[in-house]
Amino acid sequence: MATQDASLVASPARRAVRRVRQLEDERKLAFLLLAPTGILLGLFIAYPFVTGIWLALTDTRVGVPGDFVGLKNFVKIWNDSIFRIAVWNTVWYTFVTTVFKLALGLWLAVLLNRHFRGKAFVRAFVLLPFIIPTVLSTFAWKWMFDPTFSVLNWLLWKLGIIDARINWLGDPDLALWSVMVVNIWRGVPFYAITLLAGLQTISPELHEAAAIDGARPWQRFWYVTWPLLLPVTMVVTLFSVIQTFADFQLVYVLTGGGPANATQLFATYAYQLGIGTGLLSEGAAISLAMFPILFLVVILQLLYIRRVETR
Amino acid sequence: MAGVSIRQVNKLYDGAVHAVKDVSLEIHDKEFVVLVGPSGCGKTTTLRMVAGLESITSGEVLIGDTVVNELPPMDRDIAMVFQNYALYPHMSVFDNMAFGLKMRKFARAEIQARVKQAADILGIHELLHRKPRQLSGGQRQRVALGRAIVRHPQVFLFDEPLSNLDAKLRVQMRVELKKLHERLGTTAIYVTHDQVEAMTLGDRVVVMKDGLVQQVGEPLELYNAPANRFVAGFLGSPAMNFVEVRLAERGGALWAEGDGLRIQPLPEQAGRLARLNGGRATLGVRPEDLRIANGSDPEGLCFEADIEVIEKLGAQILLDTRAGSHTIVASVEPTVRARVHDRLRLAINPDRLHFFDAANEAAI
Ligand SMILES: Nc1ncnc2c1ncn2[C@@H]1O[C@H](COP(=O)(O)OP(=O)(O)OP(=O)(O)O)[C@@H](O)[C@H]1O
Ligand SMILES: [Mg+2]
Repeated sequence: MATQDASLVASPARRAVRRVRQLEDERKLAFLLLAPTGILLGLFIAYPFVTGIWLALTDTRVGVPGDFVGLKNFVKIWNDSIFRIAVWNTVWYTFVTTVFKLALGLWLAVLLNRHFRGKAFVRAFVLLPFIIPTVLSTFAWKWMFDPTFSVLNWLLWKLGIIDARINWLGDPDLALWSVMVVNIWRGVPFYAITLLAGLQTISPELHEAAAIDGARPWQRFWYVTWPLLLPVTMVVTLFSVIQTFADFQLVYVLTGGGPANATQLFATYAYQLGIGTGLLSEGAAISLAMFPILFLVVILQLLYIRRVETR
Repeated sequence: MAGVSIRQVNKLYDGAVHAVKDVSLEIHDKEFVVLVGPSGCGKTTTLRMVAGLESITSGEVLIGDTVVNELPPMDRDIAMVFQNYALYPHMSVFDNMAFGLKMRKFARAEIQARVKQAADILGIHELLHRKPRQLSGGQRQRVALGRAIVRHPQVFLFDEPLSNLDAKLRVQMRVELKKLHERLGTTAIYVTHDQVEAMTLGDRVVVMKDGLVQQVGEPLELYNAPANRFVAGFLGSPAMNFVEVRLAERGGALWAEGDGLRIQPLPEQAGRLARLNGGRATLGVRPEDLRIANGSDPEGLCFEADIEVIEKLGAQILLDTRAGSHTIVASVEPTVRARVHDRLRLAINPDRLHFFDAANEAAI
């Protein structure tokens, strides 16, 4: 009786077993596990990328399906003086903010790595600029930069540092710097928290050994902490450079690229031409022009990271 | 070179954990002193206070004639070897060893010479260009030692430096450490929880428990005359046997009576025990001070025991026996023929009997 029951139940169970067996074939399993990622990447990265390349090689406008024109768009933007300004602005913007974000982030990370009361609270607090949606916080900054109602101007005036209003975002000489400040403010937490995580992997015993070896605090930082933190630093910087280079939201909300293109970046100019003016193909060409530069940065940095890690 | 004085030192962590209590030690110049005790007894904390890695809550630490309480580690002229070696992972072996000298602005040639000399002593010459991760545990250990000795410090501090090595290598490195100390003669404080390491390495051994120093003395002094039951049980392997006894006078002599045995101590010891007549005490006897009794052994030093387990170690045999409710281990000659469940008569070496106060556990 019992054996009969067992054989009855066995057939669906055996089928299930066979299905599981198939999964033991590593190639099939790998394919199965990779499929969702593959589909997502294809849909949201590869397809837009290829479409972007195609667009850049046509003369498509909004509502006008274009024809293939070869590299005409690229030649056009190469001779476009605003494009040159945007390239220069982007490079300068990325360089300055990265340097400041790295320096401030590292400084914060080292501070937060010490023991003090309310450490957990301060660590959470530091993350705030990173957590608040960029558009929201940027609007807050826009208010602070407002020449008339600006809390900044009011403060500087009260402190007796200035006697005339400063037009933070309207003055072409100041606008890019103002935007940089906001970018730095927003970017520092990412550096700080990531570098802090890196710092925590460095054994405190190494610092103690160095202290006994006679290294002063800054020497301990320079000879022990910094070299051991370098791989993490490189990865953080890599991510940050890529993000900053393609930055859009900040500038779009604060200045829209103005005044007189003083804060025009790659992304904002691409948007302005592609969506604003409807020259889809030129916008695509500008976006694509970012690619070789970023590609070079990524390659250089990855090579360097590899060297540091195998050292 | 210099001695180290630790005077009435206390350590409170966060005002709550009293890790080190009133520790006082005089460590002489060129002496090798071992701090030993169970986990959490405050050995590391004591060592770190000497190193300057931990603040001293109260008391004084002197290196040579200088009070170093407020001096940072680098100004104390000490070198420390950490349990996990703490080698700088991004530096070559050479740079690891040279780092302390570079920080102290030694001339290049001098650095070269000293590192070479240390590498020769430790036999790590061919490893100088390697990175720590390319070394075995024993080699890392040597590099850590090398980093300490190139500086020619006043005092070496070791925190369980051998505990990450396998048993065989540990024995080998132990011998090398001893030779190294004989060669360099630098004052050393060595922390371990391994009593064999403590006994073999230390000129003097400090036994600690719960932040308190239990006893300080030369290894054999501690072994032969432990100050209390804790020290007696901590040192020696296999550990000392303890039996709870009642002291009673019978026929003009003092007897120690426990479950399964009646022992008559020698007159001199009996004199010291007399004040406890009618009271309780703990009797202690080391396994090697027990032997199979023969006809001539006086009754007052013998007892009957059943063999429960026989451990043949080669050089000796351990008999795990039961006498009354007590388990008693005897270490006997390998020639003894015995079988499990045999009942035999064991005799105690009367010179080597220990008694401890039942209340405060101090030796009597
Ligand atoms: N940073 C600290 N904060 C609070 N308590 C600590 C700290 N370091 C150690 N302690 C406590 O102090 C006591 C002594 O610790 P210590 O590290 O000196 O022990 P140890 O004898 O070296 O032990 P082990 O053999 O396990 O290394 C322990 O109870 C430990 O929990
Ligand atoms: Mg310890």
